[in-house]
Amino acid sequence: MHPDLPRPAPGPVEAPFWEWCRRHELRLQRCSDCGTFRFHPRPRCPACTSAAADWTPVAGTGTVASYTVLHPPVLPAFADRVPYNAVVVQLDEGPFMVSNLLGIDNADLAVGMRVAVTFVDIDDEYTLPQFRPVGAEAAA
Amino acid sequence: MSPPDRIDVVGGRSAIAGIGETVYGKNLGRSELDLACEAIVAACADAGFPVQEIDGIVSYHIEQVSEEAIVHALGIENCSFMARTTSGGGGAASIVGLAAVAVASGQAESVVAFRARNRSKGASYGGDPNQGGRPWEKAGRSVSGGNQWHHPFGVASPTHEMALIARRHMALFGTTAEQFGMQSVAQRFHASHNPRAIMRTPITLDDWHNARMIADPIRLVDCSLENDGATAILVTTPERARDLAQPPVTVLAQAMGAGPIHVALADYFRTSSSFDERDFAGRHIARQLFARAGLTPADVDVAAIFDHFTMAVPLSLEQYGFCGLGEGGPMIESGATRWPDGALPVNTHGGSNGEGFIHGANHVPEAVRQIRGTSTCQVVGAEVALVTGAISDPAGAVLLGRG
Ligand SMILES: [Zn+2]
Repeated sequence: MHPDLPRPAPGPVEAPFWEWCRRHELRLQRCSDCGTFRFHPRPRCPACTSAAADWTPVAGTGTVASYTVLHPPVLPAFADRVPYNAVVVQLDEGPFMVSNLLGIDNADLAVGMRVAVTFVDIDDEYTLPQFRPVGAEAAA
Repeated sequence: MSPPDRIDVVGGRSAIAGIGETVYGKNLGRSELDLACEAIVAACADAGFPVQEIDGIVSYHIEQVSEEAIVHALGIENCSFMARTTSGGGGAASIVGLAAVAVASGQAESVVAFRARNRSKGASYGGDPNQGGRPWEKAGRSVSGGNQWHHPFGVASPTHEMALIARRHMALFGTTAEQFGMQSVAQRFHASHNPRAIMRTPITLDDWHNARMIADPIRLVDCSLENDGATAILVTTPERARDLAQPPVTVLAQAMGAGPIHVALADYFRTSSSFDERDFAGRHIARQLFARAGLTPADVDVAAIFDHFTMAVPLSLEQYGFCGLGEGGPMIESGATRWPDGALPVNTHGGSNGEGFIHGANHVPEAVRQIRGTSTCQVVGAEVALVTGAISDPAGAVLLGRG
């Protein structure tokens, strides 16, 4: 592992997301008052301004809303991975997340692909939520 | 989100009297304060205006040169107004907007708006992440705030983020990467006429195809340049401007709007999943801007559109109402944005991939030159010019016209 690999340094509102990832569970804040999911974490519900939220499990499935394939220059810690992909996934519960799609040839990336979360333990301290194709794309 | 019915007391009550630019280039080896002072002195010289009579200073929120440093370097004794814009390149036009607000409301008489940058690749000047080279490369291994949702996945630079936005637009509307390339080619053609431009050799669409991919679909020649330099604009009252050396360029209207930002893509896509009415700040800004000026997009003769990447141009054309949603790419392909024959020449100085990247601040002097009639790619009879901040940020825009 590259010594400069970026590591999340979350504040108190954000820390539970990474702690749940460590346990291989994808959980998002869900407003206790109006039920709206939100990501990334924030202290208030943007739909109703409530401060009350529960870290609620989500299905971990979603759709690729966009993708890119990255070439130099990239962060030094990623220099030996180029070209690598990045995706924006819209989770089935609504919110969007930036991640990577594993187990796919970058030439096969497409908007609209169905994907599911997979947890990659980076080291003893943190786990990254990445995605894999599901259904027809996975079989292809 | 309905159009404002408040009376605008800013439009028409200030004018740009002077513009100043340093040389734009790679690794100039000068401090940002040094560059800022040169640009400000040059703007005052352009106007025939005494530097010591500046009584307001505005800049971008991440500007590293402080108002206090300017005041003490230039001997400005009566500074009455200081303010900064929001959100990086979103503030490109709003430095003029803020200055206009200050002048029109009587908070100051003569305000200098400026931006100074040492951002050449590898530039080591300064200790702040927003000084010298690429700020995203200096984020380090411990990432907090918004970076924690991007950097662990290798998404770190604006190029990466704008590539994800561009690809979404392509998927929804059939916009092609080649249409971004056509804007790149048009701007490099404009730059070939501009002696200030860093990139004075024009390119062809073949050159664009052969250019290195940076973040698919964005190629090297779609990207803003990494360079040093400073830009300054002197805004004063219409009365004062009439007594100065240059024909006044009136600030017809300014407007700002808060929208999602590219460094928080989860939010960006939350509101922009279909690039619809809630998209960006652009539509909100455009509605206010044109209403305040009593103009429509059809009245705009020439535009200086913030172009950190050329993909921002078609998205801006749509959001500012020059074409329908999804029609920005075809509008570029039609040649509309290319000088001299296009209906709306865009970035006639060569833009950020041709002239240079001063965070969009260098787009303002070009719009001023167009209204003065002195551009190296002059739009004949230009009377109204639009300058925009970044389509990907909370931003602002101004409309400029003849005094
Ligand atoms: Zn709520």
